[in-house]
Amino acid sequence: MAKFKVKKKSTLVDMTAMTDVSFLLLTFFILTATARQPEPLPVDTPASTVQMKVPDTNIGIITVGGDGKLFFGVGGQQIRINMLNRISEKYNLSFTEDEKQRFALIEGFGVPVGGLKQLINMDNSERMSSGIQNSGIPADSVDNQLKEWILAARYATKEVNDAEMRVAIKGDAKESYPSIKKVIDILQDQKINKFSLLTNLRSEDY
Amino acid sequence: MAADVEVKDDGKGGKVRSKKQAGRVDLTAMVDLAFLLITFFMLTTSLSKPHAMDVAMPDKNQENKEDLLELADNRTMTILLGSDNKIEYYMGLLDSPLEGPTVTDYGKDGIRPVLLEQLKRVPQVTGDPDKGLIVVIRPSDKSNYRNLVDILDEMKIVDAKQYMIGDIGTAEIELLTREGIYN
Repeated sequence: MAKFKVKKKSTLVDMTAMTDVSFLLLTFFILTATARQPEPLPVDTPASTVQMKVPDTNIGIITVGGDGKLFFGVGGQQIRINMLNRISEKYNLSFTEDEKQRFALIEGFGVPVGGLKQLINMDNSERMSSGIQNSGIPADSVDNQLKEWILAARYATKEVNDAEMRVAIKGDAKESYPSIKKVIDILQDQKINKFSLLTNLRSEDY
Repeated sequence: MAADVEVKDDGKGGKVRSKKQAGRVDLTAMVDLAFLLITFFMLTTSLSKPHAMDVAMPDKNQENKEDLLELADNRTMTILLGSDNKIEYYMGLLDSPLEGPTVTDYGKDGIRPVLLEQLKRVPQVTGDPDKGLIVVIRPSDKSNYRNLVDILDEMKIVDAKQYMIGDIGTAEIELLTREGIYN
């Protein structure tokens, strides 16, 4: 009788190619992931079921938090420099070329125009530390600096990218309605009747 | 020369070879880890981005204030946002409401069934599918930003075509105070 011997197959699979591919993908995702910028004013945005993502370009974000404090930030470094030029003209301030370059890297800020130079010359960690930007941008009827910033940002976006700037309001969920209303009124005074509210994705069943 | 060759020959002939190691390393754990990280980065890049809810406000129309659109009573529903996450709504005019005013909550057990019912009923009453419900949202000073986003989200969920955000009047604030949701 011939003996049949089932040849035992090796369970080892060559994983080299798989490792190569997976690490390639991993590298890709690590590189494309933008590091989350520290925010000067952390806010907890409310949740909604809206699926539309915020665009990255041509957008100005007004942050409202901490009892009506207002922060402003606009995307794009060229736009920021252009915006700063307009503001410095308006308020008779002068910034050196180095200061402009530094300003271009600031994502968002919340100081009156007078304190801007000091803010620019701080380093990043100092800028984000508490107590530095605790006044926000003034937006009362006597001295409406937020209005000027938005206006400058809109002009700058138009000039640099030839596009309309979208305005988004990023408010804290617990912020009272009047402080949001104040921002909306500023926008409407500039005939911006369409804007976005930034929200998180609602996870629970609603 | 000759000695060199001899030495070489000697080395080959001796077969003192070190045992060849297997070229395979078990990569399973490494692949597991890599895929775990890929999943993590994929999710964080797409999920961390905030979402934008578009809002269109009615134009303030400061030039000609008289040029305002008259709205039919039976089509308008006014939603007042009070404190403590409560809503009060009524149909038609405040002085002679067709329905309500009723206090309710946000979400699927509160305002949503009311909105869905009215959205179905109003076109039947007006007899024109284009003349649907118009929702007027009036946030009071005691409501917060979350309430505003919630009610706008509700409009998206029930697919209300016409809605707007307006200012609250003193009579309506009095109504909210009477119901105890203005504190």
